[in-house]
Amino acid sequence: MAHLIEIRDMYKIYAQGDEPVHALDGVSVSIDEGEFVAIMGASGSGKSTMLNILGCLDTPTKGTYLLDGIEVAGRSRTELAHIRNEKLGFVFQNFNLLPRTSAIENVELPDLYLGRLGRRARRRRALELLRRVGLGGRGTHTPAQLSGGQQQRVAIARALMNKPPVLFADEPTGNLDTKSSIEIMNLFTELSRAGITIVMVTHEDDIAAYATRHLVMKDGHLVSDDKGAAK
Amino acid sequence: MSLWMIFKVAVLAIFRNKTRSLLTCLGIIFGIAAVIAVLAIGKGASAMMVAEISQMGNNLVMVFPERKQAGVVHQGLGGGQNMTAEDVIAIKNELSHLVQFASPQVNAFCQLMHQNKNWSTRVQGVSVDFPDIKNWTMKEGRFFNEQEERRASRVCVIGTSVASNLFGEEEPVGKTMRIKNMAFKVVGVLNSKGANNWGDDQDDTVMAPYTTVSRVLQGSAFKSINMMNLSLYDMDDLDEAKREITAILRQRHKLADYQDDDFETRDTTEIMNTIGSVTGLMTVLLTVVAAISLLVGGIGIMNIMLVSVTERIKEIGLRMAIGATPFMILTQFLLEALVLSAVGGVIGVAAGIGVAQAIGAMKHWPIVVEAGSAILAFGFSAFVGIFFGFYPAYRASKLNPIDCLRYE
Repeated sequence: MAHLIEIRDMYKIYAQGDEPVHALDGVSVSIDEGEFVAIMGASGSGKSTMLNILGCLDTPTKGTYLLDGIEVAGRSRTELAHIRNEKLGFVFQNFNLLPRTSAIENVELPDLYLGRLGRRARRRRALELLRRVGLGGRGTHTPAQLSGGQQQRVAIARALMNKPPVLFADEPTGNLDTKSSIEIMNLFTELSRAGITIVMVTHEDDIAAYATRHLVMKDGHLVSDDKGAAK
Repeated sequence: MSLWMIFKVAVLAIFRNKTRSLLTCLGIIFGIAAVIAVLAIGKGASAMMVAEISQMGNNLVMVFPERKQAGVVHQGLGGGQNMTAEDVIAIKNELSHLVQFASPQVNAFCQLMHQNKNWSTRVQGVSVDFPDIKNWTMKEGRFFNEQEERRASRVCVIGTSVASNLFGEEEPVGKTMRIKNMAFKVVGVLNSKGANNWGDDQDDTVMAPYTTVSRVLQGSAFKSINMMNLSLYDMDDLDEAKREITAILRQRHKLADYQDDDFETRDTTEIMNTIGSVTGLMTVLLTVVAAISLLVGGIGIMNIMLVSVTERIKEIGLRMAIGATPFMILTQFLLEALVLSAVGGVIGVAAGIGVAQAIGAMKHWPIVVEAGSAILAFGFSAFVGIFFGFYPAYRASKLNPIDCLRYE
């Protein structure tokens, strides 16, 4: 069976000053459909770079990347934008919702760029997603009127708008209190059970515990992968 | 994503930041309003000039005797004594296919009296054709007729200023007034024309047959006239008419080939050209000033757009992360600039017309708003939008999504 995500000999080298920095130093990993992966490691270990490259937000210096059977490395900025739009969803640490814009309009945004749904179908789907993340009655609220946990749930609904096979999350609970964090992680677990592949970066062990697989990085290398040892 | 969708995104972004959008528009609004107002007032002034000049006469050609020079002292235009009423009659007869009306003009500055009131003004000795040439119409009574002209009768018509100064509330027609202490019968009162371009009261005048004026008022032995007024059928024949007039007058004045003309011709097109070049120059000058303010407005748009790109760098990063291509980002920011300048343009045109009307109403100037100048100003504002919107939009589209998302 082909992997959903497969990277081989991935390098990301930043030319900073005299000494080039190897943020990724020959990483190979494959992730299958339905997995809930946590990428862990100390700051500067290369875990964020890894997520950015997997999320097609950044391009590797060297290496191959097959996403859903498509070669991603070497694609143009426009092609990467289309891939992100159709195949990937993003959840960020600081939510990144459009300010002064209602929750429902924030959720609708990815389909505005895709243009797959009509106006009414788009609104219907956005409402349904908001219900699914538990914000059924808050569609008209702007980010300023929502708590951090609620904002992150809007962001998750937005990430799911175009039905992507993969969801990327960069420290999704980093700005949330414990109670909200647990709610968000329960939501991720629910989505994972529904068959969505999730790749999450975190440095907190109790958050990583929700994942079914843990990749630990250090100095640009993958030092631990507990695939198979999942609970 | 369709262009329409990007347009909607751009409009939403504009409405999310009302203050910033308004400030951006202001520059364009003032620029466009200035251009529109200046052009409207300029065109209005030109139109007023043209109207006043055509009021001077229909297809008017004036011929003056040469200015005589006595030693170093120049006499004024019309000071020569070599032109006669016969010259006028000759031209009218020989050029009947070109010249519709012709009138000699003899001026005398005289003291007028009626009962206990007196007034001094210019008495114009003219022919019966004169009202047709100069667009004079009668308010009361009639103009003098050909018989009175031939007989040098002591009749006259008066302007409204003379009527009010000499007769007050009294009815002047049929009354007798004294010009240079000689009795003249008032046969008519002219309709008012008001002041001309140069501020002279055109209604402060008395008209009498030229025969009477030269014989009785000037008392001149010569039958010389101050000028002749000719009205052509068609201004297209102007050059031909001037050539023919010159030929006839040279022949009648027995000028040899080596001698210069002893007369000068003037026509309203010359005057109009002179005035037109002056008002044209003013319009160009003011338009340049207005265009500079438009340019400043455009730079304002660019500044705000640049600031807006920096301020919204996270938004750009997010839009790219969820699937906006560089082209979509470019288009969005470009459309934002375009919509702002177009809205600014519309408001500016309206404001410009309003300001022009207000100034016109205050100063009693006519206002001419041409569709062309509105379209020009609007097109320019759209151009400014594209031109000054492009650079910030281009910069936004070149940003890396990662750098944008990390930007603090």
